[in-house]
Amino acid sequence: MSERARSDLAIDEVVAGYGAAPVLRGVSVTARAGTITAILGANGAGKTTLLRTVDGTIRPSRGRILLGDLDMAGRRPEDVARAGISHVPEGQGVITELTVAENLALGLLLRPRADRAAALDEIYRRFAILGDRRNRAAGTLSGGERQMLVIARAMATSPRVLLLDEPSLGLAPKVVSGVLDLIRLLRDESGLTIVLVEQNARSALAIADTGIVLNLGSVVASAPAAELARDDALRRHYLGF
Amino acid sequence: MVEFLEFTLEGLSAGMIYAAIALSLVLIWRGTRVLNYAQGALAMFTSYIALEVIDRTGSYWLGFVVAIAAGLVIGAVVERTVIRPVANKPPLNAVIVTIGLLIGVEGLAGVLFTSNNRSFPPAFSITGLSIGSVALGITRNDIFTAVAVLAAAGLIAVVFQYTSVGLRLRATAFNARVARLLGVRVGRMLTLGWALAGLLGALAGMLVTPSTFLNPNSMDGIFVLGFTAAVIGGLESPVGAVAGGLILGVVLSYAAGYLGGEVVNLFGLAALMLVLMLRPSGLFSAAPARRV
Repeated sequence: MSERARSDLAIDEVVAGYGAAPVLRGVSVTARAGTITAILGANGAGKTTLLRTVDGTIRPSRGRILLGDLDMAGRRPEDVARAGISHVPEGQGVITELTVAENLALGLLLRPRADRAAALDEIYRRFAILGDRRNRAAGTLSGGERQMLVIARAMATSPRVLLLDEPSLGLAPKVVSGVLDLIRLLRDESGLTIVLVEQNARSALAIADTGIVLNLGSVVASAPAAELARDDALRRHYLGF
Repeated sequence: MVEFLEFTLEGLSAGMIYAAIALSLVLIWRGTRVLNYAQGALAMFTSYIALEVIDRTGSYWLGFVVAIAAGLVIGAVVERTVIRPVANKPPLNAVIVTIGLLIGVEGLAGVLFTSNNRSFPPAFSITGLSIGSVALGITRNDIFTAVAVLAAAGLIAVVFQYTSVGLRLRATAFNARVARLLGVRVGRMLTLGWALAGLLGALAGMLVTPSTFLNPNSMDGIFVLGFTAAVIGGLESPVGAVAGGLILGVVLSYAAGYLGGEVVNLFGLAALMLVLMLRPSGLFSAAPARRV
């Protein structure tokens, strides 16, 4: 579904936060194209802050955020989105007052006009339920359907990098596995660079290629996901499972 | 019966003006969560600009076009210079800023144009229309007023509903953070919203001023009624704003017709209080309540 070139996302020694004391204290993460990088850690570790720094909402005081060769650090969120980094924020972020079709159309606006119709058909083919509900207000969708809509809308922008913040939050267990399967499918089909922030470390590591553990704003572990899942000490200490 | 028809048509015609002011307030409220208390004063100012052009060139329509363009530009400039700095500050800051703007613009108009009453030409004849011997209580100019307001409201509705810039405007109004993450240039959309509101305000000024006089305070009373119409409509809903304007116009026209002109403002106030007490989110709003 993505026609753009593949790009790695390299976060390099980023220091960022909300006030005087930084939340991120020199974080470096490289997310490779075509892989899922899971960012794990307890509440307050800086996971959401990291995504908000990458998407341009928070301006880092130091460090670089490289999309391919381009440094995104300090750019505004709308420019970061236009460069191909699509952030699906925590708490879903459907625009409830707009219809399903309008939410998707908003994402499609980042594509060339000529590509939009085909991209929309492709979305409705993949997400049949969104097609059925295209003219309903997005606020009438269930939690799982909304999550489907925001991921579909992010894909509509034709991103190079997809940032997903807690996509399983507040969903029923059965729906969660559907969402995780979808994320894995997107990686396999489109070669996207996916950065996944999750409280639920066990299920995130199950689909991720690489795992990064943040603690108090620093990276304390970075390893292949399968390796992290086997590391008992790390699991008990930082991940709680 | 004839009287009733006459009062109804008069009311609808006055209501069109309130609707235009209300619609401009709703556009700004939805986009930026600011109640622009200076909206009437800005319409007064663009009417002065129109009058200067008309006096110098003798062309009403040139004045009309210049006023509309000035409304568009002034709306955008006000958003960039006065409103943008208080965005993301406590809501009271914006209230104070727009009240300051109201006082400033009225003062500036007094300095530039003096505070004498000046008469303002209508676009079309203001002799009453009649069918046979039955006077209708409206004029050609009233019909022009209705057509102009409905055309402007319809055009804005079409832009909002069916164009990509309209989709961006709505997304910004409903959820600016998400809109930004989808690449919408939110700042530009806010400026555009204020510009469109300025256009509507300028139109309302051009349409109402022939039936008052033009002086630096001449839009104050009209603004209060337009504001009332917006509240009746629920502040969120463009359709509600137009309906609120028409309802208010008709109610006030009956009050003036049957009870005498001096009760009009009292009825306006009573209508506002009644709506705020019985249905504080307005007659046309789906939301049960709203932060103020």
